[in-house]
Amino acid sequence: MNTKKRVVAMLLAGGQGSRLYALTKNVAKPAVPYGGKYRLIDFPLSNCTNSGIDTVGVLTQYQPLVLNEYIGNGEPWDLDRMNGGVHVLPPYETQSGASWYEGTANAIYQNIRFIERYDPEYVVVLGGDHIYKMDYSKMIDFHVRNNADCTISVIDVPKAEASRFGIMICNDEGKVTDFVEKPKEPKSTLASMGIYVFSWDKLRKYLIENEKDANAKRKAGQPWSKDFGKDIITSMLRDGQSLFAYEFEGYWKDVGTLDSLWEANMDLINPNVPLDLYDPRWKIYTRSSYTPPQYIGEDAKVENSMVAEGSNVDGEVDFSVLFAGVTVEKGAEVRYSIVMPGTVIKAGAVVEYAIVGEDCVICEGARVGNPPEKSGDRDDWGIAVVGHNVTVSEGKSVAPKEIISDNV
Amino acid sequence: MSVNFNVLGLIFASLHDSSLREMTELRTMGSVPFGGRYRLIDFPLSNFVNSGISEVGVITKHNYGSLLDHIGSGRDWDLARKRGGIHILPPYSRTDNREGMYTSRLDALKNVWSYVDHSKAKYVILSNANFVATIDFDPILEQHISTGSDITLVYGTGYYEKEKRTHPAKNTVLEFDNENYFVSAMVDPDFSGECKIWLETMIVSKNVLSNIVSSASSSGIYSFTKSILQTSGHVYKIMGYEHKDVFMRIDSMQSFYKANMALLDADTRNALFPKGRPVFTKVGDNAPVHYGIDAKVKNSLIADGCIIEGTVENSILFRGVRVAKGAVVKNCVLMQGTIVGADSDINAMITDKNVEVQENAVHTCSVQHPLFIGKGGKA
Repeated sequence: MNTKKRVVAMLLAGGQGSRLYALTKNVAKPAVPYGGKYRLIDFPLSNCTNSGIDTVGVLTQYQPLVLNEYIGNGEPWDLDRMNGGVHVLPPYETQSGASWYEGTANAIYQNIRFIERYDPEYVVVLGGDHIYKMDYSKMIDFHVRNNADCTISVIDVPKAEASRFGIMICNDEGKVTDFVEKPKEPKSTLASMGIYVFSWDKLRKYLIENEKDANAKRKAGQPWSKDFGKDIITSMLRDGQSLFAYEFEGYWKDVGTLDSLWEANMDLINPNVPLDLYDPRWKIYTRSSYTPPQYIGEDAKVENSMVAEGSNVDGEVDFSVLFAGVTVEKGAEVRYSIVMPGTVIKAGAVVEYAIVGEDCVICEGARVGNPPEKSGDRDDWGIAVVGHNVTVSEGKSVAPKEIISDNV
Repeated sequence: MSVNFNVLGLIFASLHDSSLREMTELRTMGSVPFGGRYRLIDFPLSNFVNSGISEVGVITKHNYGSLLDHIGSGRDWDLARKRGGIHILPPYSRTDNREGMYTSRLDALKNVWSYVDHSKAKYVILSNANFVATIDFDPILEQHISTGSDITLVYGTGYYEKEKRTHPAKNTVLEFDNENYFVSAMVDPDFSGECKIWLETMIVSKNVLSNIVSSASSSGIYSFTKSILQTSGHVYKIMGYEHKDVFMRIDSMQSFYKANMALLDADTRNALFPKGRPVFTKVGDNAPVHYGIDAKVKNSLIADGCIIEGTVENSILFRGVRVAKGAVVKNCVLMQGTIVGADSDINAMITDKNVEVQENAVHTCSVQHPLFIGKGGKA
């Protein structure tokens, strides 16, 4: 028996991130690099630590190698604990056979025993692919104050975008009365952030119920699912359980697509975006690379950019985010782009409006991407993407909106 | 690389503190900040770790608070181990040495001998924190063992200036014959020229070290150079090993400044930070460097957590330095948390941690005599 924990966090990190496919061919989405030295999962993990949550289960399934190695014993996030700490939870085999995680609710269902070892009162369910800084302890306080069964974190989104999200409809007291996934005509602008606080006894009950129900449907050849929003929340609402919306104010970004990943990085350079990574009271922790400080050369020009340690810049960098150990040779130009760890941009190469993956080589005179104003057909314009470990040979180019994962 | 249980590493973290008094008033030589994100001790520590040595003792004297804070459990160097690991060895009182304060290498060794004796290692590598060098101990150890040496002295070929004799930290110049057998040692000799300078690093077989320390104790002569190299050189089999790469000795504010500035040279950086031999240090968890809309940066080494909105040239910026709009920083070494106010203009300054350069301030010094501002000071 472990020491009792009031709160256990479960982080859903199994996502394939199929819309980021050039960058998630060999890594799970939460391990995608972001912001010069981070990976997406650093945000929920650091939020847990900063909120005083020291027991975290990370549910992995798709391409777990990089993620497992990255999380390790949890030491970078202060989650290497004698009691609790971070635990990677892949699907496993039992006497009744092995089974993959069949949806977000099923992933937690399969780990009920893990949660029960800590005998928690509250379970926080988190996603691994959002950028935000949030004090979960305040949300838990809100949950307790309202005597809620489930509290869902929501953010007010522009009306035009509301149909992309799961939308919560609430009464004046903040109690959720209805939940609609991606409504065509949204009745509210409160979007679910995929962050839930559950009273554990209730969550446990609904997980078991959903599992039985879905399996029965499957047997009968009916459509079934084991999903948090679609099944657990909907059933709880149906049964008249007490669900509250907790309104979050601050920066929150979903990085589900390549475009939003690019935007989220550009946000870091924009002084008007309220995401402060330099606040010593709420640091975002990450597994560091042991590289020397960055060197900015005699002929370099670096403006409006974020550059991580170990980089060597002799060329021009503007409105860009360079990760650890990136080399920009003399005469190379990088604008409005994200360049991931270990990549080399050789002399005379131009990278504009692009995402370049880890350990790539952009050779002399090559061009990746193009600014929208230089592209003839605006509708056909987009961010150019080069996947990990790709070489773009001398003089070759990658067109706007083109996504490559093999050498050219 | 695998773990080498045969070797114990020892680092003298504060042998020459007095040579950099301005900076060691609050800390040991080993915890003097260097190169943007390091402390001097990171170099000998990483040399050990990268050579598979995972049992390391750090011998301190006083003001070792910052050193304890830097090293912590040792996990940033992978030295939080059950077998071996890092141990900080502060001085302690003994009946025959009331203050427990050693004055020389052998005196210090006598103080910590029970720790050394307890180790199962057959060889001891002694190293100092006042040399910046990236050294692979594997070939040196191989030479030591294959030649059956008692002592192997690691030296580098460099220019020695007799003018430097005024420094409290003495330079030891060595002489070897054609087969690398030790011939003689001179302390602060009266000439200038290219010589073999001892990097104050050596491998000593443990039984030999045991003899040396106990005879020093009975004779009361605790200077390794005097009692061993200069008088008993013939008693032991002593050989040299040349470290052919970059080494820098920090023995004054001048040489500290010069060694930092040397990192702006690509060859020096490549020699000190070769691929596959990382220099480990305490992780700071700072965000990447932010370059503002009017930032102009040239030929500078910049650590994470800096926010730069002004001009920076030929400088070393440690973690979390802020350079406000309109500020001009040239030829400076600015340590962690230094804030350079708007429209200020500074040249050839060394600022210790958390110094504040005020708005519109002008400090133009010469690179021959950089201006030092102590921890938390205002300029």
